[in-house]
Amino acid sequence: MIGEWLDIGWLNEIPVRGSRTVQVEGGDDIAIFRTGENKVFALRDRCPHKHGRLSQGIVHGGAVACPLHNWRISLTTGEALGEDKGCTPTIPVKISAGRVLICRASTLKAAA
Amino acid sequence: MELQPVTAAKDDMREHLVVIGNGMAGCRAVEEILARDPTRYRVTIFGAEPRVNYNRIMLSPVLAGEKAFEDIVINGADWYAEHGIDLIAGDPVVGIDRAAKTVTSRTGVTTGYDKLLIATGSDPFIIPVPGHQLPGVVAFRDMDDVGTMLAAAEKGGSAVVIGGGLLGLEAAHGLSLRGMKVTVLHLMPTLMERQLDEAAGWLLKQALEARGQTILTGADTAEIVGDGKVECVVLKDDTRIAADLVVMAVGIRPSTGLARAAGLEIGRGIKVDDHMVTSDPDVLAVGECVEHDGNVYGLVAPLWDMCRSLADHMTGSPSGYRGSVTSTKLKVSGIDVFSAGDFSGGDGCEDIVMRDAARGVYKRVVVKDDRIVGAVLYGDTADGNWYFGLLKKQESVADVRDLLIFGQAFAQGGGAADPKAAVAALSDDAEICGCNGVTKGQVVSCIAKGAHSLDTVRAICKASASCGSCTGLVETVLALTLGDEVQAGARTMCKCTSFGHDDVRREIVAQNMRSIPEVMQKLHWSTPDGCSSCRPALNYYLLCALPGEYVDDQQSRFVNERMHANIQKDGTYSVVPRMWGGLTNPRELRAIADVVEKYNAPMVKVTGGQRLDIFGIRKEDLPAVWADLNAAGMVSGHAYGKSLRTVKTCVGSEWCRFGTQDSTGLGVRIERATWGSWMPHKFKIAVSGCPRNCAEATIKDFGVVCVDGGYELHVGGNGGIRVRATDLLCKVATEADAIEHCAAFIQLYREEARYLERTAPWIERVGVEYVRSRLLDDDAVRADLAARFFHSQTFSQDDPWAARAQGAEREHHAPMARFTPVGEMA
Ligand code: SRM
Ligand SMILES: Cc1cc2nc3c(=O)[nH]c(=O)nc-3n(C[C@H](O)[C@H](O)[C@H](O)COP(=O)(O)OP(=O)(O)OC[C@H]3O[C@@H](n4cnc5c(N)ncnc54)[C@H](O)[C@@H]3O)c2cc1C
Ligand code: SF4
Ligand code: FES
Repeated sequence: MIGEWLDIGWLNEIPVRGSRTVQVEGGDDIAIFRTGENKVFALRDRCPHKHGRLSQGIVHGGAVACPLHNWRISLTTGEALGEDKGCTPTIPVKISAGRVLICRASTLKAAA
Repeated sequence: MELQPVTAAKDDMREHLVVIGNGMAGCRAVEEILARDPTRYRVTIFGAEPRVNYNRIMLSPVLAGEKAFEDIVINGADWYAEHGIDLIAGDPVVGIDRAAKTVTSRTGVTTGYDKLLIATGSDPFIIPVPGHQLPGVVAFRDMDDVGTMLAAAEKGGSAVVIGGGLLGLEAAHGLSLRGMKVTVLHLMPTLMERQLDEAAGWLLKQALEARGQTILTGADTAEIVGDGKVECVVLKDDTRIAADLVVMAVGIRPSTGLARAAGLEIGRGIKVDDHMVTSDPDVLAVGECVEHDGNVYGLVAPLWDMCRSLADHMTGSPSGYRGSVTSTKLKVSGIDVFSAGDFSGGDGCEDIVMRDAARGVYKRVVVKDDRIVGAVLYGDTADGNWYFGLLKKQESVADVRDLLIFGQAFAQGGGAADPKAAVAALSDDAEICGCNGVTKGQVVSCIAKGAHSLDTVRAICKASASCGSCTGLVETVLALTLGDEVQAGARTMCKCTSFGHDDVRREIVAQNMRSIPEVMQKLHWSTPDGCSSCRPALNYYLLCALPGEYVDDQQSRFVNERMHANIQKDGTYSVVPRMWGGLTNPRELRAIADVVEKYNAPMVKVTGGQRLDIFGIRKEDLPAVWADLNAAGMVSGHAYGKSLRTVKTCVGSEWCRFGTQDSTGLGVRIERATWGSWMPHKFKIAVSGCPRNCAEATIKDFGVVCVDGGYELHVGGNGGIRVRATDLLCKVATEADAIEHCAAFIQLYREEARYLERTAPWIERVGVEYVRSRLLDDDAVRADLAARFFHSQTFSQDDPWAARAQGAEREHHAPMARFTPVGEMA
């Protein structure tokens, strides 16, 4: 049975104000972020600027700073903040009993 | 308390409502129905607990000794009697037969129903670690649990509370008031992380610790041990904490077992519609056991809303429940905490933050599109309900935006709606700066005498020079006095603070601050958790101020320092092992060659820093690569760090016909002494054997040029973007002197430069004369600087690769999950 949600692990496995990745075979990684406020977000792990790995950036407030050239990307919309323009796809996330689930269809779409 | 079951007359022909659960929601639902139609239903309530309906949330004050059980009873025996309600207490329902429309209790009583209401609440979650069934392990849910805790507390001893959420902290508070030595174990890095942000969580931890509780965050329980009863709790990192009592307060689960067995639809809770009707039209459910519109609640306010909708429906005038927004308060006397709504920030969200370090106050209101969406208050919660009201009503706060954070009295205080006007209205003798006792009049006269910037005002009359909380006020006074002439003040660290780097460094040391949240609180940061500019800087400043004590915050480091390798444009990493003084040997070369082959590194390159760089290593392979290099005796080269990079050397007197001293050997010794140290920026050293200077020592942060009879020491050179040749510091006679001067210079730079300021711009800013005077005027001062450097080196000289190669912080390298789509990818 192919469910709507992919169970990717425990919330605790993601460091607070940090991130982890989910590898999608044949596609881009998905970056999973956990903010200081303990909210979890998922984005395609690819900066709209020059494809930096967002999962490696510094998470602050509701944004991540790309490790390559410091663009700030919103975790909720995937859009570049401030003067910069660009957007990376977001993937719906839900937390259930401490497990992190990401939307299967959006994951496939984002990774493709 | 004696319970007298009142048995309803047999000929009562009214519809029979049976309630399972004599708790807060079950009884409130009955009350609501009775209020609408006192005679419509004949009511029977089954309760698992052998007592009348009481206020569960008041168990905390009972534990703390502030209330007795009698004080918290909501409906006593007389209430049941008066309304003809049959209470069957101490006898839980064990089965529901929906076809026959009956319920059966444990003692075998079977009762028919017309309408059934399930209000079974929640079950405390017990972590199934070894030893969780030992006597002395309790939950915190009902009066029996409180009884167990009170009996244990009477004997004194130690209690461990697992869980630093609302419940756990209230339990800890009660037990500590009852004289137990209490340790709270919390898995997350901050307390009450669901309700509080990091800043408020930190303040709460400070306050509880000040009351004698021990709070361990990031504490993962492995096991509870004891012989016949609890004796000790063991954490995954092997810490052992003695315990006579263990309270598990790690969460609750909706109690759905009965409903599930009866075949009702269950999600996370019993699924209900807007009228609290389950998948069976004759069965309803309310309280913590239900799931409504995807939400499960763990606080009473939503239950009250549910009970009203349920009663409306059951008495023929359906209204419909639409979900609730909740707010939380911690019931620990003397500690005021309030939280409501969503404070995760995000797009279009603005944080209005106010921190008052002197009063221990932190307030944060999150505003989106001129509406309040969340609030966290610590220390002063008087306005909690006002914010919560605005949040629930989604009222526009555009008009009071600037004063919102000061609270209702201020924001709605009539004419004072303009902060500038409010300051203008202050009298001359009104105090502006509490720390230094400076009045508005004094600030104005200081400005009149020529202090036209914040910095000069601070320097002359000291207003806002201490805790800084009145900076905004002083700026307003400046603006009012000078009109548009106000000069931009000293450059602030970033937009999160009005302080500059130097102020922050000074205050960290002066106030002995020990963590990033503490700095942010005491210095009134305007964002909840800083940004990618200030966090790495604060992390460094604390590390420098507290060698060996400060625990590095990995999430406040740039990727390269977190990964101990250099990120490349394609997301792979490059790895540069240290080659001391540019020397190498067959063993090291072989290890590098093997790594290149084994991990298919596409390129190896000799760097401009006299060592080898291996390119294209995948994040997942880094630990294995390091393990292989470690095995050959190599350590991290910190090619990625704001730290010592390379020490370049030339061949020197051992081989070169011009060499005057052993430049290679000295380079190796300097590198051995200085590697591993974290600095404001990268730091490069070179040692040349004669003034021909083949190692390019005069464009390094610290350079040594060997000459006959000694060593010339050079500082502040820079290749790179803007080339700067070094300034000559001095000439010394021995290698030992050269190393001491080097250590002292590095320490001065570490302690005084601003984060991301290399030695060249630093020296240009402070002047080489200043550096000379600090290092050369007084031998004791220099010796102290060097001693402080070597002290901090005792903590920083361990190879960061070694721990990672052993498996530490695996999560930095391994993906969390792998997903293989089956023929679905385009
Ligand atoms: C690998 C290397 C080039 C090489 O193949 O030779 C190199 C590579 C980088 N240099 Fe460099 N620098 C290298 C020697 C130098 C040198 C020569 C030296 O050290 O003698 C200089 C000039 C000397 C100096 O620093 O004063 C140099 C001046 C810079 C600068 C400009 C610094 C400045 O103050 O103006 C930067 C940018 C920065 O640090 O902000 C930089 C930044 C970088 C970064 C780290 C860019 C980055 O942030 O990702 C490059 C990393 C590439 C990578 O992924 O590995 N690199 N870089 C050299 C590594 C030396 C080593 O063994 O550790
Ligand atoms: C110590 C403590 C402090 C709290 N503080 C606060 C606070 O400050 N603010 C706040 O909003 N909330 C607080 N809460 C939460 C609040 O008490 C709950 O949200 C509320 O009690 C839930 O009501 P309920 O009726 O759904 O469940 P309960 O009140 O638990 O009632 C359920 C009842 O059903 C009984 N039962 C279960 N199964 C059966 C069965 N098969 N047969 C018969 N009976 C059964 C149980 O024994 C229980 O008495 C606190 C809770 C605790 C434990
Ligand atoms: S000179 Fe520029 S491109 Fe070359 S390694 Fe240094 S930073 Fe990279
Ligand atoms: S690739 Fe992300 S900022 Fe350039």
